[in-house]
Amino acid sequence: MYKDSEFDVIVIGAGHAGCEAALATARLGLQTCLFAINLDTIAQMSCNPAIGGLAKGHLVREIDALGGEMARVADRAGIQFRILNRSKGPAVWSLRAQADRLLYKLAMREVLEEQENLVIKQALVDEVVVKDSKVQGVMTSLGVFYRARAVIVTTGTFLRGLIHIGLESFPAGRAGEFPAVNLSDSLKRLGLKMGRLKTGTPPRIDSKTIDFSRTAEQWGDDPPQPFSYSTESITNPQLPCYITYTNERTHRIILDNLDRSPLYSGRIKGIGPRYCPSIEDKVVRFSERPRHQVFLEPEGLQTKEFYANGISTSLPYDVQVRLVRSIPGLEEAEIMRPGYAIEYDFVYPTQLRHTLETKLVEGLFLAGQINGTSGYEEAAAQGLVAGVNAAMKLLGREPLILRRHEAYIGVLIDDLVTKGTTEPYRMFTSRAEYRLLLRHDNADMRLRERGYRIGLVSEEQYRAFRKKKETLELELRRLEKETVAPEKVNPVLESSNTTTVKEHISLVQLLRRPEISYDVIKSISPSPYAVEGELEKLVEIEVKYSGYIRRQIDLIEKMKRFENTRIPENFPYERIAGLSREVVSKLREVNPVTIAQASRIPGVTPAAITALMIALKKKKYLEREYTV
Amino acid sequence: MYNLDDTIAAISTPVGEGGIGIVRISGKQSLEIAERLFRSAKGRRLSEVRSHQMIYGYIIDPEGGAPIDEVLVSVMRAPATYTKEDMVEINCHGGLLPMRRVLEAVIRMGARMAGPGEFTFRAFMNGRIDLSQAEATLDLIRAKTESSERLALEQLSGRLSEKINHLRERLMQVCAHVEASLDFPEEEIETAEAEEILENMKSLSRELRELAGTYEEGRFFREGLAVAIVGRPNVGKSSLLNALMEQDRAIVTELPGTTRDVLEEYISIEGIPLRIMDTAGIREAHDLAEAEGVRRSLRAIEGADLVLALFDASTELTEEDILVIEKITNRRAIVVLNKADLPMKIDGEGFKGNFPVVVISAKNGEGIRELKETILSMVFKGSISHEGFIVTNLRHKLALEKAYTCLERASTALQEFSPYEIVAFELRDALDSLGEIVGAVTTEDILEMIFSQFCIGK
Repeated sequence: MYKDSEFDVIVIGAGHAGCEAALATARLGLQTCLFAINLDTIAQMSCNPAIGGLAKGHLVREIDALGGEMARVADRAGIQFRILNRSKGPAVWSLRAQADRLLYKLAMREVLEEQENLVIKQALVDEVVVKDSKVQGVMTSLGVFYRARAVIVTTGTFLRGLIHIGLESFPAGRAGEFPAVNLSDSLKRLGLKMGRLKTGTPPRIDSKTIDFSRTAEQWGDDPPQPFSYSTESITNPQLPCYITYTNERTHRIILDNLDRSPLYSGRIKGIGPRYCPSIEDKVVRFSERPRHQVFLEPEGLQTKEFYANGISTSLPYDVQVRLVRSIPGLEEAEIMRPGYAIEYDFVYPTQLRHTLETKLVEGLFLAGQINGTSGYEEAAAQGLVAGVNAAMKLLGREPLILRRHEAYIGVLIDDLVTKGTTEPYRMFTSRAEYRLLLRHDNADMRLRERGYRIGLVSEEQYRAFRKKKETLELELRRLEKETVAPEKVNPVLESSNTTTVKEHISLVQLLRRPEISYDVIKSISPSPYAVEGELEKLVEIEVKYSGYIRRQIDLIEKMKRFENTRIPENFPYERIAGLSREVVSKLREVNPVTIAQASRIPGVTPAAITALMIALKKKKYLEREYTV
Repeated sequence: MYNLDDTIAAISTPVGEGGIGIVRISGKQSLEIAERLFRSAKGRRLSEVRSHQMIYGYIIDPEGGAPIDEVLVSVMRAPATYTKEDMVEINCHGGLLPMRRVLEAVIRMGARMAGPGEFTFRAFMNGRIDLSQAEATLDLIRAKTESSERLALEQLSGRLSEKINHLRERLMQVCAHVEASLDFPEEEIETAEAEEILENMKSLSRELRELAGTYEEGRFFREGLAVAIVGRPNVGKSSLLNALMEQDRAIVTELPGTTRDVLEEYISIEGIPLRIMDTAGIREAHDLAEAEGVRRSLRAIEGADLVLALFDASTELTEEDILVIEKITNRRAIVVLNKADLPMKIDGEGFKGNFPVVVISAKNGEGIRELKETILSMVFKGSISHEGFIVTNLRHKLALEKAYTCLERASTALQEFSPYEIVAFELRDALDSLGEIVGAVTTEDILEMIFSQFCIGK
C-alpha cells in the first residue's frame, strides 16, 4: 500500500454535490482533495441540460446566498432563462435556465482548478477506511491510501450503477462511464443500510434531422434574469426550445412493446420517481391521455445535439427509434444517444444527522443522490451543507443546520433525515409549510448573513447585501410613515379602478390594495432611496403579503417550544410507558434531535409526543434528584 | 401534541350530572380572558383581586352583553396554582347549559379547549406534581372518549370521523389541483378550471358549516335536551311526566334549580337524555291563582329546546289554553292532547300544520310511545339530512368553524384573482384544521394525490 498525501477533507465524486462540497471546504481553508472517476465529466449534467425550475430555482438562489457556486456557473452557462409561474404568486415564481452542457462543466472545472487548497484527482475510490467508528481516509482501486479527517461521499448514480436499454443491461455509472462497485460494498460493511433506486433519461437527437417547423418555438425572458445575486448580466446568446407532442401512434408503439421493457418485465427492481416517469409509465398509467408534451431542448451553443424532454425511456433501441419518429417534427430524426434507465444504490438517509454526517461513522458525510434525492439542485444544496459541516466540525465551530422556516435546503434535509425516502426525492414548493416566507426573491435576506458568518460570502458581496437590506428597511419605514393627500392620490386611484379616499392615506395602505403596484407608488411619491430592480419587487411583496407573512410567523412561533426542546441522543424510548412498539422503533431509527422533529416522523402520534415530553421531563427530574 | 404556551380552558367538573360546575382556565391570558367576561356585583375588577380570593358576579355574553350565569370566580396567580400558571376558576350555578355557554365564551375570548389530562400535563411540565400523577395523565391522554359518553354517542362520533375523513379527502383533492398547478407549471395537467375549484370549495365550506351546526344537536347528547312541559293546571303535567318516566325508569337525578323554581327531571329516550323542566308540582301545591300558575309555567319555555304543550282533550279550550298557544308560536313544540281515556271534546285539527299533535292518555299510557317518537323526530329533523352525523365535541366544532372560515377566504381569494399560492395557503390551513380532528395531513398525502391523478413529468 502506497500512502500518498494527507488531506483534511476528501470528496468522492465530482458531480454537483461533490463540487459544492469541495469548494466549501477548500474556501474555508481546509486542504481538500476531490476525486472523480473521470476528470472530463466533472460537473456533468447527466440528465436534462437545465438548472432550476419549480422549487429547484429556490434551492439555487439559496445556495448562492450561502456562498455556493451553482448559481454563478449556471449564469455563465445559461442559454435561456425563464421565470416560471409568474401568474401564481411571488412565492412560487421560480427561475429555470437551459444550460450549455459543455460550458457548464468547463466553467465549474475552471472554478475548481483556480481554487486554493483544492486538489483534483482522477481515481476510483474502492473503500472508505474507518477505525473505531472514525473515518481515516480512502483507498483507491490502485491500492493508494489517502488519509483524511473527513470524507464526503457524493457518488450520484455510480454506486453499483446498472444501465438498462430494453432487455440489455450493463454496469455503468452513466452511459459510457465506469460504476463504483467496491465502494458500495465498503459502505455496507460499515453498517449502513442501503436500498436501490432507478432513474432514467430520454434519447438525444441530432437537430439537423428535426423539422422545427412542425413544433412550437418557446423563447426565454428578455432580458434574462440571472440566478446569482452577484451576476451583473447574462452574456451568452440565448436560444429557444421547441414543443411537440406524442400521439396515439406513439402510444401504440409503446404498448405493443411493453414485453421488451425492463420496467414492465420486472428486470428493474429499483424504485423510480413518480414525478418524473418514463414515457412508457405515462402511457400505461394515464391511458386516457391522447398525447404527452415533449420539449426539445438545445444541449449547447456548439452542438447539434438536442434533448427530448418528456420521453425518458428504457425501451429497446429499435422501439426508441420508432417512437421518436412517430412524433411531429421528429419523423426523420436520428437518435445520437439512446435513452436509458439506471439503477443505483443509495443509503437510507434517516441514518444521517442534520449535518449530513452519518450517525454510524464520525467524519463520514454523504450528499446528493446517494441520500436518495434526484436533481442537480438538490445534490448541490446537500453538497454545500455537507462541505460546510465537515469544515465546521474540523474547525470546531457551530454546524450549519437550516430550519424548515429558513430555507428549502432546511426542508430538504429535514425531510431526508426525518422521513427518509423510498423513491428519488425531489423538492416541491408544496413540501414547504412556510412557503410564503421561503421565496425566490428573498433568499439573500434569509441566508446571506449566514453565508457571511460561515465565511463563504466575501466582504464585497456582504457589503452589497447590507446596503440592499438597509435600503429595504428604510423604504418600508418610509411607506409606513408617509401619507398622501386625497387630491394628490385620487386621480391615480381612479385611473387604477380602485376606490378613492377622503382623508390622507399612508403609502403602505395604498400599496396593500391589489390594484396598486409599487410602480404606482413611485409615480405618486418617488423614493429618496435607491430602490430599483429586484428590490422594487421585494418591497412590493413584503407589503402586500404582510398579513400572510404574519400568519406564517405565528405558526413558527407556535412550534418554537417544540423546536427548542431537545431529545438526548439514544434516548431509551422503549422504557417510556405508553409508546407502541412501532413508534419506539421509528423513534430509534431516526433518533430525532428535537420534539418538533419527532413529531414529523410519519406514524408518531400526538399522544406519543406528549408521552415523550413527559418522559423527557422525568429524566431531568431524576437527574436533579441525583445531583442535589 | 400539547402546546404549553397558550391558555386552555375546560369544564373540570363531571359532565352530565350536577347543576353546579367549574369552568377552569389556565395560562398567561387567563385573567385577561376572564376579566372581559366577568361583571362583579360590586364593580370590582379581577385584576385588583388578591390571589386565591373568590368574587361574586355574573358572566356576560360577549355578544350582546346579557348575563349568562351567576358565578363565583376564583383568581389564582402563578406560581401557587395547580398548573403553576395563572388560573381562573368560574363556579357556575345555573346548570349545564349556562356552564357550557360560559366555556364557549371563554374560548371565543382566546382560550383553547383543553385536551384530556392537559391541566395535569401542564402541572407536571411546570414541575408541580410528581411522576405517578403525571403518568396517570397518560391514561387520560390515551383514552379516546370520556367515560360519561354513551354508546350511541360513540357510534355517532365514529361515524363523524368517517364523515370528516371523507370531507378531508375531498378538500385534499381541491388542494391537490391547486398545488399541482403551482408545482408543475409546465405540465399539461388537467388543471380543473377555476370555476370548478370554486364550486368545490363552496360546497365543501357549506357542508363543513352545516356539520359545525349540528353541534347544537350534538349538545343534546351531552347535556340533555331541555324540554318544558307547559299547560294550565290540571291538564295532567305531572301525570305526563310520570308516564314518561315510568316507561324508562331512568331517573338520573332530581335537583332544585338554584336560580329558577323549576324541578328538573332526567329521563332518556333511546340514549338521548331529556332534561325535563317540570313546572307542575310546586305551583299547584302552592295553590296559586290560575293565571299566575300559567304565567310561571310559561317561563319555563324560555330555556327549553323543545316544548310539550299539554291540553285537556276532554274539555273545550280555555282562555289560559289560548295563552299557552300564543306562547308556543314560533317555538319547537309538540301539542299533546291528554285524557284520551275520556270522551274527547277537541281533536287537535286546529293545530295541524303548525305543530305535530299527539293524543295520549297519561293515565293508561296510551300514545306515550308515539309521543317519544315524535320528540325524537322533532329534535333530529335536521340531523336526518346530515345522515346522522353529529358534532358533539366543542373542539371539533371549533376546528370545523376554522376550516370553513379558511375555505371561505380561499373562495374569496380565488374570486378576487389573488395568486394561487394564497388560495393554496388558505386551503392548507383548512386542511390542517380538519387534520386536528382526525389526524395530521402530510405533504406526502398531497403529493400522493397529485401523482395518482395527474400525469406529471416532462
